[in-house]
Formats: sequence, structure tokens, C-alpha cells
Amino acid sequence: MTERTGPLVELRDVKVHFPIKSGVLFDRTVGYVYAVDGVSLSINAGETYGLVGESGCGKSTLGRGLLRLVEPTDGEVVFDGTDVRALKGEKMRRARRRMQMIFQDPLSSLDPRQSVESLLLEGLKAHGLANDKAETSKRLRETLEAVGLPASALTKYPHEFSGGQRQRIGIARALVLDPDLIVADEPVSALDVSIQAQVLNLMKDLQVERGLTYLIIAHDLAVVRHISDTVGVMYLGGLVEEASSEELYREPMHPYTRALMSAVPVPDPVVEDRRERILLAGDLPSPSNPPAGCRFHTRCPWAQPTRCADERPALREVLSGHRVACHYAEEIAAGQIRPHEVEPELVRPAEGTAPGDPGELIPTI
Amino acid sequence: MSLLDVRDLSVVFQRRGERPFTAVDKVSFTVEPGQTVGLVGESGCGKSVTSLAIMGLLPKRGNKVTGEVLFDGADLLKLRRDDMRDRRGRDIGMIFQDPLSSLNPVIPIGVQVAEVLERHQGRDRRQALREARELLDAVGIPDPDRRLKEYPHQISGGMRQRALIAIALACKPRLLIADEPTTALDVTIQAQILTLLKQLVDDTGTALIMITHDLGVVAGLCDTVNVLYGGKVVERARRHELFAHARHPYTHGLLNSVPRLDSTRGERLHAIRGSVADNIPWVEGCAFAPRCDNVVDACLEGAPTLEPTATGGDLRCNNPVSEEVAVP
Amino acid sequence: MTEPTTQAGTPAPRRKDERPGRAGGASLNRLGDRKKARLEELAQASAGKGGVSLFRDALRRLRRNPAAIVGATIIALFVLVAIFAPLIAPHDPVQRFDELTSQLAADHIPGATDGFPLGSDELGRDLLSRLIYGSRQTLFVGVLATLIGLAIGVLLGAIAGAFGGWVDNILMRVTDVMLALPALLLAITLVALASKSSQWTVILAVAIVSVPVFARLLRGSMLAQRESDHVLAARALGVKEHNIVLRHMLPNAMTAVIVQATLTLSVAIIEAASLSFLGLGDPNRDRAEWGAMLGDAGVRYFEVRPELAYYPALAIIIVALGFTLLGEAMREAIDPKNRR
Repeated sequence: MTERTGPLVELRDVKVHFPIKSGVLFDRTVGYVYAVDGVSLSINAGETYGLVGESGCGKSTLGRGLLRLVEPTDGEVVFDGTDVRALKGEKMRRARRRMQMIFQDPLSSLDPRQSVESLLLEGLKAHGLANDKAETSKRLRETLEAVGLPASALTKYPHEFSGGQRQRIGIARALVLDPDLIVADEPVSALDVSIQAQVLNLMKDLQVERGLTYLIIAHDLAVVRHISDTVGVMYLGGLVEEASSEELYREPMHPYTRALMSAVPVPDPVVEDRRERILLAGDLPSPSNPPAGCRFHTRCPWAQPTRCADERPALREVLSGHRVACHYAEEIAAGQIRPHEVEPELVRPAEGTAPGDPGELIPTI
Repeated sequence: MSLLDVRDLSVVFQRRGERPFTAVDKVSFTVEPGQTVGLVGESGCGKSVTSLAIMGLLPKRGNKVTGEVLFDGADLLKLRRDDMRDRRGRDIGMIFQDPLSSLNPVIPIGVQVAEVLERHQGRDRRQALREARELLDAVGIPDPDRRLKEYPHQISGGMRQRALIAIALACKPRLLIADEPTTALDVTIQAQILTLLKQLVDDTGTALIMITHDLGVVAGLCDTVNVLYGGKVVERARRHELFAHARHPYTHGLLNSVPRLDSTRGERLHAIRGSVADNIPWVEGCAFAPRCDNVVDACLEGAPTLEPTATGGDLRCNNPVSEEVAVP
Repeated sequence: MTEPTTQAGTPAPRRKDERPGRAGGASLNRLGDRKKARLEELAQASAGKGGVSLFRDALRRLRRNPAAIVGATIIALFVLVAIFAPLIAPHDPVQRFDELTSQLAADHIPGATDGFPLGSDELGRDLLSRLIYGSRQTLFVGVLATLIGLAIGVLLGAIAGAFGGWVDNILMRVTDVMLALPALLLAITLVALASKSSQWTVILAVAIVSVPVFARLLRGSMLAQRESDHVLAARALGVKEHNIVLRHMLPNAMTAVIVQATLTLSVAIIEAASLSFLGLGDPNRDRAEWGAMLGDAGVRYFEVRPELAYYPALAIIIVALGFTLLGEAMREAIDPKNRR
């Protein structure tokens, strides 16, 4: 279905740390939120990489760090052979044409004061692609048609559309620049269930037609698994497991992936009644004060007295194409280590985050 | 007699200078003691308004509620506000989607739980606090002695939802209404809360109305499921029946449109076309007709009626999906 | 949502994923023609309209709000009266009429008589004409003070919001200082500096007091815009930074400021009147000004003829109310939460 070529995107040990500031007159840095803490992955051209994890795991920050919408603290972001982090000012701006983004909330990500036409034109103008009027008009119409909107939508404003149609506008805005990579941050989670399928199908069609490469970020494992070729699972700033979509579902190896998978409700009573849930104790620890050693060891039902608490496991290839960051992945898979009860540790909502905010701290530049 | 018998409940919102809007349109359903009933639908289908109407929590102005809500045979809609307030919390508990905004930010959690006991059970503060501690323990909040004195912003979202459940359960209500209780939570936390709810329903024998948009949540929890569309119940069936043989094209479409964790990857999803904005008013025909694959002439000649099915459910459709077509 | 016609929605466009074979196409053909036509009609009805910008949408809601209509009517009347004062006023506001002055006594100021519907003021001038001319002064001072305040405030706020960092820090400390000064104290200082009071001291004082309000408001909403998804989206598109500020952040942030300006007008009118009331305004007693009328004659002759206080006070209250009503209604109309 998709031609397999080399990686379009490569992340090497990317870190995004946000300083926590405090002080009355002069801000002092009192600590860091380790939103993304050393993630390496690569995305092949024409493929879909799905990044899954719960709120606060840093998946959105990683997506934005890749596009340099937040500045990575460390690491390399290589896009089509060029180190994106080394690009400066105008060069970076130019480079943005090829890497676009789709947002979670289609309404808030569309400027309410601009008509659809002006929204779509903005990117074209920014890259000097809107010089020929007739040509541009044709391009806009084609793009709208590709996302399933009528040409009459051009004169309308975002608030006049339904949620699913707004997301189509968001996709059109990214698509009109003819990008190679699209980072989609929770593209369907704000939409009604019946609309989600429309948008997912549309994204799939567009990928086939235009050879797009996707990085899909979502909390919904079922959605990610459905649309992705490769799935990466993130926990507290790090990648804990990465495998092909099929493989990950067939044989999840990291304890967190197993728990996550067992927690996703399936709309089938027969499955629901039979399945055994791995209930995780307690909450996600604060990303400003992550546990030492394996970040998951405080909640891990398979945690061992040795290594887990003091040595951070590296992401290693356990099976071919299946990378896991767990010291005991093989033993757990072989059933040599049995899960045990975990006392829930109390977790405070992270300092500095608004109450109610689950902790996804994404300050923008 | 049913514990709760909702008959022809309608809620019409009427804002001055605007056209009246029927959010809930003659909805009827029953809840037996100890039963878990699901109200499922997308945003705007009227599921939340239904629950607010049952609880008497709709604003005083701007809406008209008609029909009957019989709780133990007494019509809740006819109760005076004071009497209804007594019922809430004592006979009927409620859990909301957003636990933070449902808790008072300036009162310690323990006091918030204790106050319910004081108000409805006439306990004194010390006794109430002691029971509050037990309740927090029962809903799985670690170290309940310390949590009693803490404020909502000091604990995590999942813990807040547990605290809210503790408040709702404080007076051992016979009916619990949960309005999207896990939507704001992460999946692993959602699994914790759903397990807790299931266990509480089993242990205390309280009946539960589960309001959600997530068919997956319903599948593991509810005895009977009501599917709402455009303010009306379009299909009602027992859990296994509904998921195995969804008859209404909307239900069928919903089940087919969500990607499932256990389905084969890469299969195309069967999307329902259009959006709720395409609905036609029920007086003109079936509201779902413009989005429906099975639409026939009759669908545009007035609203179809809710008819009992052979399998003991109810269905509002002129041309249902045939029973042989099982959901893949 | 059972009423599609109330939705500012759009028709159901033919979508790729509709799968016409299995879906609509075949079954729609089976529909009665009449019914099918109506479905189309419904779709057309919602398709026909559209292209309604937020501004027009807000205007439409504004027109339906009785408070806005009352406020706008008051303001329109007030402006008309101010503009056409020479045509409306029955007399010259400065002229002292012999038939009135002759009746003036220490314990008597003549009320309504032929040709003088509201009677005389303390110097034998026509009260009605002075009230009418007073509207010019109020409009002039109020609008000018607000405009000056708005201009400086927007400039400061926009710079602070666009640059952030230490620029923002310094500018906001300056506005903090300005916020700490009461209008009255500022006016007194200005009068002392200018060595004599004039209407310009009033205008300047009221303007300076409103500067920090506008500056902080604009800066705040620009910072909020900076964090918003659509600004992030523009950045992701590769839009140039100055375009992001000018096309996205500023226009979206200005809405709140413009609403505030309407509300500030009423405050400015009251403040200007109170400064005049205290004698810090224009020393020229011939010039009719509501605050001064209230302060000079209204207070001194309250025992003799309270109407001298009532009428200018009423005028101030009604005009201020007009601006407040309109401002609040605008705020409501623009608030996206109220959109339906």
C-alpha cells in the first residue's frame, strides 16, 4: 500500500524540559518539568507512526518539539536529512511548509475572524505560493474537494460549521501547502463518535492519494492502532514500547502497555465480561519529579526489587522490530515473573499547573 | 414496581426571542432496583438534560418540563423544590463529568462528604467525619485520614472522582446517576473508576443510570441500554442483545464506526454520514433519516413510533437492520 | 438538535466516505419526489445563508437585545442633541435674560415660564439651552479623553503583548504606577503643573487614568491569544511573526478593548463631570458643562431651587447609563458562549 523508503523523520534522544519559574519580581527557575526526556524514534516516508499515552506523558510536547513549536532542550530532530534544530529564523519558517499540523480542537485552532478562504490562503501567502490568482483559486477548490467540503465553504467562517467539518477545514489548511509530514495531535478526540470515523477515513484516503507521512498523537489506543503502521507507547516523558501495530496488539511486552490495553473498553459485552483487567494503582507521578530508575516502577505490578528502582531501562530491541524499555521484558513474556499487588502512592497534582489541568504543560514560544 | 419510571419526559428550552428547542422528546424508560441502565448517545441527543430533569436540576427559567418521573411511585416533577432537595443526595445520588467543578474548592473533602451525612442523616460532625473516612476508604482513596483534611485541588482527577462517588454514596441512595463519569479521565483511571462503580453496584444494590457517549463503557456495565438520538429513545435492548444484534441503523452505524482494539487493522471504518446538524425535526419524519442508509418513504412521513421487538427490546425504526447482520 | 433550520449550519456535502453504492444514493432514489424535494429544500435553506462573520453575527444578536437598543437610542439622541445644539436650543446659553434676572432674588430663582421651559439658572440664563449645550462639552470631553486613553493604552498594551519578556515587564510596572493614581489627584497635579485649569486638564487626567485599563486589557488578551491554538497553527503554517501579531493576535484581542472603550466612555463622562464639579475643569463659567452646572449652582442653590442640580445630574446619569447599557450588551453579544 505504501512504498517503503528510508526514514523521513528521525528523532534522536530528544528532550523537552520546561523550567518552572517562581518569584515575585524576578523569576527564578526552581525546577524543571521533564515533559519529554530522551525519545528516539524514526518515521518512514509514507507511513503512519502512532504515539499513544495518557495525559501528561509528553506525547503532545514531543509532536510540537518535532515541529519546533516548542523548542527542544536537547537531542536531534532530523527531517529529510536536515537537522531541523540547526535551522534559524527564515530558513526554519521556510521549512515549515513541508511539515504541517492538525489540532485537537478544530474551533480554537481556526482564527474565528477569518473566512475559510483567508484561512487557507494564509499559509500559501506565507510561502509565496499565492501569486497566480486563478491558479490559487483552483488549488483552494481542489483542496476543499479533497477533504469533502463544497466550494461554497470558502466564504464562510469556522463557527458556521459542525465539528467534523471544522476538522476538515483544519486538515485542508495543512494540506493546501502540499506537505510531506503531518503531525496530528488528537485529531478526532474532540469529535462525536459518529464523526470520528469520517475523519479517520479521510485521513487514510489522503495518505494513500498523496503519499503523506503521519505522526498521529492520541490517547485512544484503538484509534491509534487502527490508523498506524507503527505504534509508540509513551509514559512520563519516555517511550516505553514500540512495535508494529499488529505486533503490539498481539504481544504487548511492557507492563504499562499491557495495563493500557486491558483498560480500553471494547464495545462488546462478550469481550468485556471475559477480559481480565490489569488495574494500575494510583496516578501518574508528576513529570517535574519523575521516579528514579524505571519511571513506571511505582505502579508496575511486575516491578522487581532489583534494578527497577535504580536503573532506567533503555529502549532495546527485544524481538525484531519490537522495542521495549523494560529490564524484565523477556521474563514477563515467558511468565517467569508474576504480577503482584501494588500499594498506590499518593500523587500530588503537579506544582504550577492549574487545578484540574491533568498536567500537560505546553507553554508556547 | 419499578424504582424509577420515566414516562413521556419532555424538556423544551425556550429562550426569549428564539424558537423553542426540544432537547428531550417524550422519553420513557424504567429502572428496576439494583439494575444498571445506560443512556447512550452523542452530544445533543438529550441524555444529560434527561438526567438533570430527573434530578430537578434544570434552571428555573427558560425551559418547560412535562411528563412524569415516578420514583417509588411518587412523581418527582410534582415535588416542591425543598422536598426535591431532600430527595437528592438521600434517595438519588449524582456523579458528574468534571469532578473538580462539582467539588467546592474551599472546603476540605472530608467536610464535603460529612456535610451530606449531617444534612440527610442527622449525624453530628464527629460521627459524620468518622463515616466519611470509611466512605473514602471504601472508594479506594489511599490514606483516608489525611485525605479528609485536604482540598480538591490537592488530589488528582481520579481521586476527585472517587471523592465525588463517596459523596454520592454517602446516604446509601437507591439510585445513582452517573453523567459521563469517566470522560475527563485517562483510560487507566477510567478502568479503575468503572471497576469501582461495578463493585459498588454489586455490593450495595443501588441502581445506576450510566450516561455516556462511549459504547465500550456501556458494554461492560449496563443491563439495559437506551440509545438516544435527537431527544428520543431510538432503540432499547438488553446489553448482549444490543451489541450482538443492533437493529436501529444509528446504533448499528455507531458500533461500526468506532475503531475497536480487537478488530483487524486497516479495515475501513463504516462512517455515519453527515452530522447532527442534518437532522430533520421529528414532526417531519425520523430525525436520523438524512443520515440513514436504510431510509424509506415512510421515514419522511412523521416520526416512527417506539415498538416492542421480538427480543424484548424496543425499536423506533421503519426499516431496521435485519437481525441476521451481526456486528463484525 | 431536532431543528436543523435553527443551526447556522451547512448542507451535507457529498463526501468521499459516503459510499454511495451502499448508502444514500440508492435508498434516496426510493424516496417520494415530494419528500426528496423537501430534504433538498431544507439543505438549501441552510446552505443559502452563511458567510456570516463573527462581527455581523454579533451585530445581529445586538439588534435583538433590548438593553442594546435602549442604550444605542440614548447615545444616538445624545449625539444628535450635541451636534444640533444650536438648532435645538431655544436660546443662547450665555445670554442673561432681563425677564429672568429681574426675578432673581437671594431666595428665589424663577422656574418654568413662557419661553423658558425649565426656567432660569442662578444668573438668569436659560437652563434648557445650557443643558443642551452642555451635551457638546460632555461628548467632546468624554470621547476625546477615551480616544486618547485608548490610543496610548493600545500602543502600550500591544507592545507589551507582542514582545513580552522584559519590555512587557517594564511597561506593566509603568501601568501599575498609573493605576495607583486616582483621577482626582492626577487632575489636581496637572492643574498645578499647567498653572491654571482648563478643559484640557480634565481630558488629559481622565485619559491618563484610562490608559492602564486599556493597556492591561489588551496585553492580557494578547497573551491569551499568544497561547491559543490558532496562533500556534499560524506559526506551524510558517506565517511570519509580525503577521501573526498583526493579523491574529491584535484583531482578536481588540474586541475586548473596543467593548471596554464603550464602557469607559460612561466612566469618562462621569469622571469629567466630577472634576468639573470640584472646580478643576474649565474656569470659563460661560461654557455650559453638566458637572460644573451641578457643582456651581446645583449645590449652592439647592435649598432655593433643587432643579438646578436635578437636571444636569439626570442628564449625566442617563448618558452614562446609555453607554453602559450598550457596552454590556456588546460584551454579551461578542461572547462566543452566547452564540447559538
